[in-house]
Amino acid sequence: MPSPDPAELGRRLREGDRSAAPAALNVIENRADRDATRALLAEVSPAMLGGEPAAHLIGITGPPGAGKSSLLSALVSEWRGRGRTVAVLAVDPSSKRSGGSLLGDRARIDHDPRDDGVLIRSTAAGGRLGGLAAATREAAEALAPAFDAVVIETVGVGQSETDVEDVCDTVAVVVQPASGDVLQFLKAGIMEVPDLLVVTKADLGDVATRSRRDLGQALKAVGSTGVPVLAVSSVPPPSGIEELADALEEHRGRSDLSARRVRARRGAALREFTAEHGERALRELGGRRAAERLLAGQDERASVTDLLGALEAGR
Amino acid sequence: MRTYAGHSTAKESNELYRTNLAKGQTGLSVAFDLPTQTGYDPDDELSRGEVGKVGVSIAHKGDMHTLLDGIPLDEMNTSMTINATAAWLLALYMTVAEENGVDRHSLQGTTQNDIIKEFLSRGTYAFPPEPSMRLIADMIAYTVDEVPRWNPINICSYHLQEAGATPVQEIAYSLSAAQAVLDRVRPRVSEETFPRVFGRMSFFVNAGIRFVEEHAKLRAMGRLWEELGRQRYGVDDERMLRFRYGVQVNSLGLTESQPENNIIRIVLEALAVTMGREARARALQLPAWNEALGLPRPWDQQWSLRIQQILAYETDLLEYPDIFEGSKVMDGLVDELVHGAREEMQVVAEQGGAVAAVPYMKTQLVESNRERMRRIEAGEQKVVGQNVYTEAEPSPLQEGEDGGILRVDAAIEQSAIDAVQEWRAGRDEAAAGAALDALREAAADPDHNIMEPTLAAARAGVTTGEWAAALRDVFGEYRAPTGVGDAAAAASDDALRALRDRVDEVSEALGRRIKILVGKPGLDGHSNGAEQIAVRARDAGMDVVYEGIRLTPARIARTAVDEGVHVVGLSILSGSHAELIPTVLAELREAGADVPVVVGGIIPPADEVALLDAGVARVYTPKDFEVTRIMGDIVSLVAERNGVVAVS
Repeated sequence: MPSPDPAELGRRLREGDRSAAPAALNVIENRADRDATRALLAEVSPAMLGGEPAAHLIGITGPPGAGKSSLLSALVSEWRGRGRTVAVLAVDPSSKRSGGSLLGDRARIDHDPRDDGVLIRSTAAGGRLGGLAAATREAAEALAPAFDAVVIETVGVGQSETDVEDVCDTVAVVVQPASGDVLQFLKAGIMEVPDLLVVTKADLGDVATRSRRDLGQALKAVGSTGVPVLAVSSVPPPSGIEELADALEEHRGRSDLSARRVRARRGAALREFTAEHGERALRELGGRRAAERLLAGQDERASVTDLLGALEAGR
Repeated sequence: MRTYAGHSTAKESNELYRTNLAKGQTGLSVAFDLPTQTGYDPDDELSRGEVGKVGVSIAHKGDMHTLLDGIPLDEMNTSMTINATAAWLLALYMTVAEENGVDRHSLQGTTQNDIIKEFLSRGTYAFPPEPSMRLIADMIAYTVDEVPRWNPINICSYHLQEAGATPVQEIAYSLSAAQAVLDRVRPRVSEETFPRVFGRMSFFVNAGIRFVEEHAKLRAMGRLWEELGRQRYGVDDERMLRFRYGVQVNSLGLTESQPENNIIRIVLEALAVTMGREARARALQLPAWNEALGLPRPWDQQWSLRIQQILAYETDLLEYPDIFEGSKVMDGLVDELVHGAREEMQVVAEQGGAVAAVPYMKTQLVESNRERMRRIEAGEQKVVGQNVYTEAEPSPLQEGEDGGILRVDAAIEQSAIDAVQEWRAGRDEAAAGAALDALREAAADPDHNIMEPTLAAARAGVTTGEWAAALRDVFGEYRAPTGVGDAAAAASDDALRALRDRVDEVSEALGRRIKILVGKPGLDGHSNGAEQIAVRARDAGMDVVYEGIRLTPARIARTAVDEGVHVVGLSILSGSHAELIPTVLAELREAGADVPVVVGGIIPPADEVALLDAGVARVYTPKDFEVTRIMGDIVSLVAERNGVVAVS
């Protein structure tokens, strides 16, 4: 099968052609041909788009078994009901021993296969081919012009192995009732305070209500009073899903999106530069703060690729 | 004595039943097709290729009338292999009896109705676990007085063994399932009625080839059952405490290679459940020798019936009291199983009971099955004709134009679609609609017994798909856990290590890890094969997308494209491969996915050729038991299709 031209795929995505998405993701996941990815991403850079892509970039994270997939299923159908298109990038853990992984088992998000307004793509975390955080960030970047919402779903609580939350406009942490860990992590400051906390399985009644209250108090204790804590249930009759969609929307409305994205791109560039060349390269630039200053001097619309170029040129 | 039968249309099945009754069979055992079992009408997209395949299609009371035409229901003992939609099929059966003037109090029979094993093994569930359990509890509470000679539930340990369960797991999980049911029925009936409910519970057990241990297993189950009745439920009436069970002997151990040997396996397995009087089966069903090849013909079923007749009438088996009484060896074996099962039941109880423990039990079964397959692959467990003594003379039993199996006429599906549409057009629409509204209302109220509104819907001419859809509206859709995600990594052996190296090499050359989609199209829920392939592919280092059972061809194609997989592996055991696989290929082409498709399942040689001609890259059947070798083959296929040369 002839490989599609990466720049062409990027152009199609820029014009909102969602059918280019799966092939574009194949290109991005191919870590052996970085030039193809760069050519693709150049087409969807803020400069080419004439500004920030309109998509809402949402991070959804939580421990295994918290009900993320059921929640996403309900959320996807809520968004489709509102006429919004959505792409979900689900990141699954992989086996340390074999490098292989079982994907989609947890992330079963039901949707109509004939509806091209939904894309579900699962990726394995880790693996010897490496570069997951970068690949996920690049995937989100590529899809952002073609979808109304791009969701990055990861497993974990607190410090993510993937840093993908940093890429997102809004991060929601999903927990099931009576998960004491999250409470402790929040209080101890191990876990970063998310933009939104979602307690699933609200159908369990009292225990869910109590969890919601405890989490609210924990947030207050660490001085984060503005963080909404929502209770949802994905089993019929579902509840709280509309409110969650509204809350996500509302968070996006009240945050300074472009400032957050510029910051995210600069952060990603620094992280990826360090991951690729090591701390030593950072020292060649005069240290982390000097590198940050260098990035701050760049154009706000500069893509991560451009920023990486600037860092490399500064060595 | 009976054989599990039913296929294609109600009319043809009716003729088959009448013939079997004339041959000396003493009851009916009805096999339903997968759409009927999962609550879809023949014209539903998901029913495609499955109508009339593994049993008879019953879409409404008219079909049930045809199925039972001329059969005296007040004299008949009818066993129905039906679970998720059991309440509905019982209602149809009762409606036919009612409209023929037969008193419901005289009806005798069994509905399988064990949903937990559907989540664990067989896959024909329709609703989420708790609402499913509620339907079961409603049915039991209703039948205990209204249809008192009916066995409303038959807890199946059978399918657990088919899914790989060890004897201890088989005992522990089935008794835990029974306990989950009883706990839910108890608040629905009076204290005086409850012992009768306990006494009505029956079991459907598997008998494997290790027939001495299997006999001990049944004695152990009897002992634990009585213990459960006395200690947990305070039942003390001896008659109610008896462990009542029927048996279907093991299908899992039947082989595709040298299939004539299966008849010997079946005889030995039948001995396990008949030789000791204390643990003798009350009903015995034997599979056909050629089940691993395709659908058995009437002659094959007759042969299985004859085994039972010879055991019962020619041997001296039934002339003695219990022949193991006082046996130190047997008692010791039973003690060990009882002890192991008690411990495992405790684990299930700690997880919150059988319903909450479904994911745990599923994972345990996937692991046990993997161990079983590994032992066969490694030659540690000998299977004659499969991994030892494989040289054989050609079997004369498989000669003849039909290739030794039955084929279902493909035109049946279309005529069933036409018939159900005609039925809907011909009934009182307002009455059907009102019955469905009442059903939804009752479903939403957990204190309302579902049987009365279900009977009203049956009388009003509602269809199977409509009944189930109304309940899905209230209860929601559900997908069972696959058990593969939590299956532990395999112990490495040389073959697997070599395979991993090849997967790594090819992945490096591709630029990303080999990604495979494993899927089960259609309604067939027998997922053991697909699960083992998925887990082994993961252990071999591939990225595996496994979305479980009941996928439409459109869904499979869409997932293949969106996930960017290198290869698609499909598993079908229901015999619907001839319709479904070409549809998947067409959908993939339409979606622009140029990926190779491999197929595994019970696929006769002629169909294999047809599938390869249609564009399938590889076909694997039960004789391909070496999973690691299959994986290696798939890696080569991916390398070849992508122009990547794998070293080695």
